Amino acid sequence: MTRRISGLTLGFPTGFQRAAAAGLLAAVLAIPALSGITAAPAAAQETPVKGGVLNSIVQPEPPTLMLGLNQQGPTQTVAGKIYQGLLTYDQKLEPMPSLAKSWTVSPDGLTYTFKLFENVTWHDGKPFTAKDVVFSTSKFLMEVHPRARAVFARCESITAPDDLTVEFKLKEPFPAFLQSFEVSSAPMVPAHIYEGSDFRANPANATPIGTGPFKLKEWVKGSHIQLVRNEAYYKQGLPYLDGITFRVIPDAASRSLALESGQVQQTQYSDVEPFEVPRLKALPNLDLSTKGYEFVAPLSWLEINHRVKPLDDKRFRKAIAYAIDRKFIRDKIWFGLGRVPTGPINSVVKFYDPKVTTYEPNVEKAKALLDEMGLKPDAKGVRATVKIMPMPYGETWTRLGEYLKQALGKAGIAVTLESTDAAGWSQRVANWDYEITTNFLYQYGDPALGVARTYISDNIRKGVLFTNTMGYSNPKVDALFASAAREIDPAKRQADYSEVQQILADELPVVWLLEMEFPTFLDKRVKNANKTAIGVNDTYEDVWLAAK
Amino acid sequence: MLGFAQLFASRLVKALAILIAIVVMNFFLVHAAPGDPAMVMAGEAGAADEKFVEQLRQQFGLDRPLHEQLATYVGKIAQGDLGFSYRQQRPVWDILAERLPATLILTLTAFLLALAAGVALGTLAAITVGTWADSAITVVALLAYATPIYWIGLMLSLLFSIQLGWLPAFGYETIGAGYTGLAHAADVAQHLILPVITLALFYMAGYARLTRASMLEVRGQDFVKTAKAKGLSQSHIVTRHVLRNAILPVITVAGIQAGQLVGGSILIETVFAWPGIGRLAFEAVLQRDYQVLLGIFLVTSVMVILFNILTDILYGIVDPRIQAAR
Repeated sequence: MTRRISGLTLGFPTGFQRAAAAGLLAAVLAIPALSGITAAPAAAQETPVKGGVLNSIVQPEPPTLMLGLNQQGPTQTVAGKIYQGLLTYDQKLEPMPSLAKSWTVSPDGLTYTFKLFENVTWHDGKPFTAKDVVFSTSKFLMEVHPRARAVFARCESITAPDDLTVEFKLKEPFPAFLQSFEVSSAPMVPAHIYEGSDFRANPANATPIGTGPFKLKEWVKGSHIQLVRNEAYYKQGLPYLDGITFRVIPDAASRSLALESGQVQQTQYSDVEPFEVPRLKALPNLDLSTKGYEFVAPLSWLEINHRVKPLDDKRFRKAIAYAIDRKFIRDKIWFGLGRVPTGPINSVVKFYDPKVTTYEPNVEKAKALLDEMGLKPDAKGVRATVKIMPMPYGETWTRLGEYLKQALGKAGIAVTLESTDAAGWSQRVANWDYEITTNFLYQYGDPALGVARTYISDNIRKGVLFTNTMGYSNPKVDALFASAAREIDPAKRQADYSEVQQILADELPVVWLLEMEFPTFLDKRVKNANKTAIGVNDTYEDVWLAAK
Repeated sequence: MLGFAQLFASRLVKALAILIAIVVMNFFLVHAAPGDPAMVMAGEAGAADEKFVEQLRQQFGLDRPLHEQLATYVGKIAQGDLGFSYRQQRPVWDILAERLPATLILTLTAFLLALAAGVALGTLAAITVGTWADSAITVVALLAYATPIYWIGLMLSLLFSIQLGWLPAFGYETIGAGYTGLAHAADVAQHLILPVITLALFYMAGYARLTRASMLEVRGQDFVKTAKAKGLSQSHIVTRHVLRNAILPVITVAGIQAGQLVGGSILIETVFAWPGIGRLAFEAVLQRDYQVLLGIFLVTSVMVILFNILTDILYGIVDPRIQAAR
């Protein structure tokens, strides 16, 4: 779930910006030159202190904070403090307790039993029990949440043997089930408010009631969202922070200024444009981390419509792969953020296998493949013409489009760039009305949840985004993804996934471009933040602010 | 006085007809763009299935035929109901009412400041034509007019909030300060300074140049020479004879710009994170939030029509010949 459009980026002259920023930097650097003296108090500060308000950015402004109904990226970051899931995940994607204290999986892989924490209450004071979990997973999410619907539809039954125990019985083994309880994948919602109502039209959606460590105090549309401490939080003494304020700042340059001037202490996802990262990274009061995105593990690619000739020929797709330099894309367009991918599974996700065919940049190989297809250069050196429609999700994607035009041009593939906006893009991609576009999808902690959907033929569904919109179909790939999804022996699962990665890397249904990393900037005063696989979207129950 | 009332009434009737045409045209215009709000929301979610998009379309009423949607919409407008934003789950009027004050306070202040300063500077330039003062004003006006408005905004923000730390860089008020009464007004005023100056500089440049050119033209006319020959004082001639005649084109331009007060500050609102209606409009376009967009269009249209009528009336007051000739 979760995409952030980086808002409107005004065509700001970067050269000048750097010059102005250099002056600014000098001003900032002049202050904290006494680091030697502050070392001792810093050590003493490692004991958490209560109090303080963390300021961050929310961009673009979400339509609602009811996480069950909306899983847009910014909604998750804010509502992740209000709502909770049964589990959260560490940065190796192993499950950790959230609302569930412990859990067991039966040896046949069919029964998952969760024990809940005691004394948990909703923000309106009503107790949180197993009944809420059953309602959330079997009714609420099944009705409104596309990802959760696909997962919980696999359940034979969802029951509550007692107030603190929930039992999920599956129709067939699905080991990825345990990866499906993160807060945005399966947020727990209060049964006493939603039971029997029209979920989307419930007036309570405007005043979200969760179990999390923070409650919504005020949301001034277009300005800010203010969260305050939930005094009745079930973990004694937590949270440390008095509150968290998220400011709506639509302009990318202004967002960087806000971080630079200390008006916000945290930015996430696409708040800061990649070209700003090297400059902000150098500021002494900020820490940069690219961790905390393991659960989403975004992978971007050139999405190729196999219904258009000659894009249906794998030699042509391989020629594209050889014609582009993905290291260049990472270093010069994403300013070093990200990793060069080898195949369909992001290397931070389980069952990743690097032993596959890889494509080093080599224009000659590209030309040879095109020759083999009979695509000879005409008088102008053009062998084929394709249309590329870059994603309208910020300046960086536009730059990528311009690079692709240059790079493919060198191999004799002429590129026409098409431009569109988010709504137009969604419409055209979902309805297969494109030749090549750029896209990125999240992998959600397991190939069965976030990877298979792009390549299996069952998922060729016109009018629906994030399906197999290319129209790629290979029965062997379908079979391998299907057997891996229900295989409970990890070794056999690995074998299936390794084989499918080899096949896909050879057939190149899409051309993978980048395992994307997002920059999280945190002021050095912010402690304990960004420790799990969902990073900034986690509850922040134990995040605290050191004294200035 | 009767003539005035008649004029006003006939203009109102015409305005109403124009407004109806605008409502219908706008409706088709926003639906002509590719994609719909359900698709946008599916795109934002990063995951979708048929049911998700279907449910949303049904809830938004997008599954009905277009003419039926138009009939529903016009019917509601006739009853003074701007509709309901399903994306934000709130009535459109509430959303607009929340954003309008922020925009109006910003654009009206900037507009009045620009008008006063522009006319004053233009007059000064005209009476000192050819001297260093005239050149200075002309150059400043040209620069202010030619420089991209968001760039000025960012530079002012860099200088006054980041470097000097005198003024807040963005926002409408200090969050969580809980000011009331005078303290609140002072707080908002402080946040208002940079965006107002940025916006006013741009408009001011236009008014200054226009006033100067117009004054220079009027100054050479016979009745000004007559006035001089009568021995009237320089200041009397400038204010009562030259400026009063030269101000007409300025009123025309100001009338047009006043109509854009609601929608004309998108860039400023974006750079300064000002929670106004310009940004709302821009976001509504991207999100295909039809109802909100149509609501903003309607409010903007009404503003344009009102200011046009107002301009016409003002013409008559400044120059009685115009009304006589009607």
